[in-house]
Amino acid sequence: MLEQVYNSLQFIKPELILVGTLLVSIIVDLIFKNKKVVVAFVILGLVLSFYYLTFLNSINQLIFFNMYAIDPFAYFFKIFLLVATIGIVLFSVLSKEISDLKSREGEFYYFLVALTIGMFLMTSSTNLIMMYLAIELTSLTSYMLAGFMKEEKSSSEASLKYVLYGAFSSGMMLYGISIIYGLTGSFDLLAINMAIADGVSSLALLISTVLMFVGFGYKISAVPFHFWTPDVYEGSPISVTTILSVASKAAGFSMLMRTAKIMFIDPYAAPTVNDWQIIDSVPIVEILTILSVLTMTLGNLVAIWQSNLKRLLAYSSIAHAGYLLLGVLTMNNEGYSATLIYFVTYLFMNVGAFLIVMLVSNKLNSSDIDSYKGLGMKSPFIGVMFALFLISLTGLPPTAGFVGKLYIFAALVNKKLILLAVIGVLNSVVSLYYYVRIFRNMFLRESDIETPEIKLSLAEKLLILVFAIPTIGLGLYFAPLVEFAHASVEIFSGN
Amino acid sequence: MTFTVSLNHFIFVSAILFSLGIYAVLTRRNAIMVLMGIELILNSANINFVAFSRYAGMDVNGHLAAIFVIFLAACEAAVALAIVLNIYKQFNTVNVDEVSTMKD
Repeated sequence: MLEQVYNSLQFIKPELILVGTLLVSIIVDLIFKNKKVVVAFVILGLVLSFYYLTFLNSINQLIFFNMYAIDPFAYFFKIFLLVATIGIVLFSVLSKEISDLKSREGEFYYFLVALTIGMFLMTSSTNLIMMYLAIELTSLTSYMLAGFMKEEKSSSEASLKYVLYGAFSSGMMLYGISIIYGLTGSFDLLAINMAIADGVSSLALLISTVLMFVGFGYKISAVPFHFWTPDVYEGSPISVTTILSVASKAAGFSMLMRTAKIMFIDPYAAPTVNDWQIIDSVPIVEILTILSVLTMTLGNLVAIWQSNLKRLLAYSSIAHAGYLLLGVLTMNNEGYSATLIYFVTYLFMNVGAFLIVMLVSNKLNSSDIDSYKGLGMKSPFIGVMFALFLISLTGLPPTAGFVGKLYIFAALVNKKLILLAVIGVLNSVVSLYYYVRIFRNMFLRESDIETPEIKLSLAEKLLILVFAIPTIGLGLYFAPLVEFAHASVEIFSGN
Repeated sequence: MTFTVSLNHFIFVSAILFSLGIYAVLTRRNAIMVLMGIELILNSANINFVAFSRYAGMDVNGHLAAIFVIFLAACEAAVALAIVLNIYKQFNTVNVDEVSTMKD
């Protein structure tokens, strides 16, 4: 038993390094007055973790008594999460909200590391209790991050709403897990899969599956579990909004995809690449379809009426969760890899858009759409870059967003789900309306009040370019990304 | 007449507790009461875990799960109460309906 623990340890070096970084940076934070030391230390830890992660690219096995999977799928998401976290640490350094925290500034960065550990565990867990613990670790950290500006009413309110909705949904999920345990006698996804395939009471299984999806739905902010999203995204510091809308959502999706694939695929059917045999006692595809259609439609329709950009981007990120669910519900390798591709494109365009909102609110102290009037003419660099991110979020060529949507819709069409593809395209058309509204305010409207020209420092310009170049680059040259995604859909499934 | 407690009794109790928890979360407007409702939901799951583990002839995993959940409930209560305390400082109320500065 001890031997297996020793053998397993070598595969979780990235996680161990993150835990070490977290603990040491607490001490570093106590010693140094200058909080930029903590930032440097945290970045060092993240990069080191990334370095050790790259050694795990071709390993596919279960460790720690089948509780934790090291497979290409987890590898993809861990790379994604580290890139996102490093990006957001750099992002936060430029944020006025965060540097105004003064003595508490260091704390913010090591909470980001704690969040990353939680998300790492979410992507790799193959045991229901591990999954629940990972969700809770991620959630508890995000509650604190959401309320980090505790002197501000909106931030406090965001954290209250987040903690109430979050604890409620994870409680429902836990009850679902307890019923699944009673039905199948195990917490292990593979064992549960075998038990379900051998036949269990289908009504109880349906109820417990739905309860579990409440937990997933809350993490990926799918309708009807999205009520926390707009308020939390609007009230939190923008850096936190960004990490919640990209990284935390990715971790939730990776867990949803792993569970769907391992738990509900018939283990007795011959393994096929493009048509997974789903156990027919659970209508998993129907559940995902309903979630997906509701999520993208509501997200896009409500976004039209928003006047605060953070809130608008919150609804837009709900809508994007809907598109991503379209890829998941195809339940085959093509759809899964399309979802991964979409996530990478979503990372660059969404973080980029939030970055611009953050830089503008640093200077203007406002995220209102009206305060963007005339901004494109006064500060052309910001205007053009924001336009690029918005075009990509809409999904127009030649940007990364187009490639992401293309692969998702292609997967749907190949699975003969034409109607869903049409709904998806119609939704993109709706989204064009509210993105263009920002565009129009920036370039075609004159400001009522005199808006100052926004001068950016070199670092700020460089960081914008770090996200802008992939946004346009992945739209033109995406072959390596597609290959990586195709290689990464291999989820450990026991054979 | 002998009366033995069976698995069904435990499941009934936990289902009732779960429903009461959901009822509390949905109807109470005081943040502390909502948190207590959530606590009921977690504990109903705990009863399930232990009962299944004990009666259905399964392994001890259920007991372990219950212990983990108790730990987590404590962590969650700590964080949630800290947040509620901060809300009280800012808004002078813990009524979730009155804590609303952002419009829909």
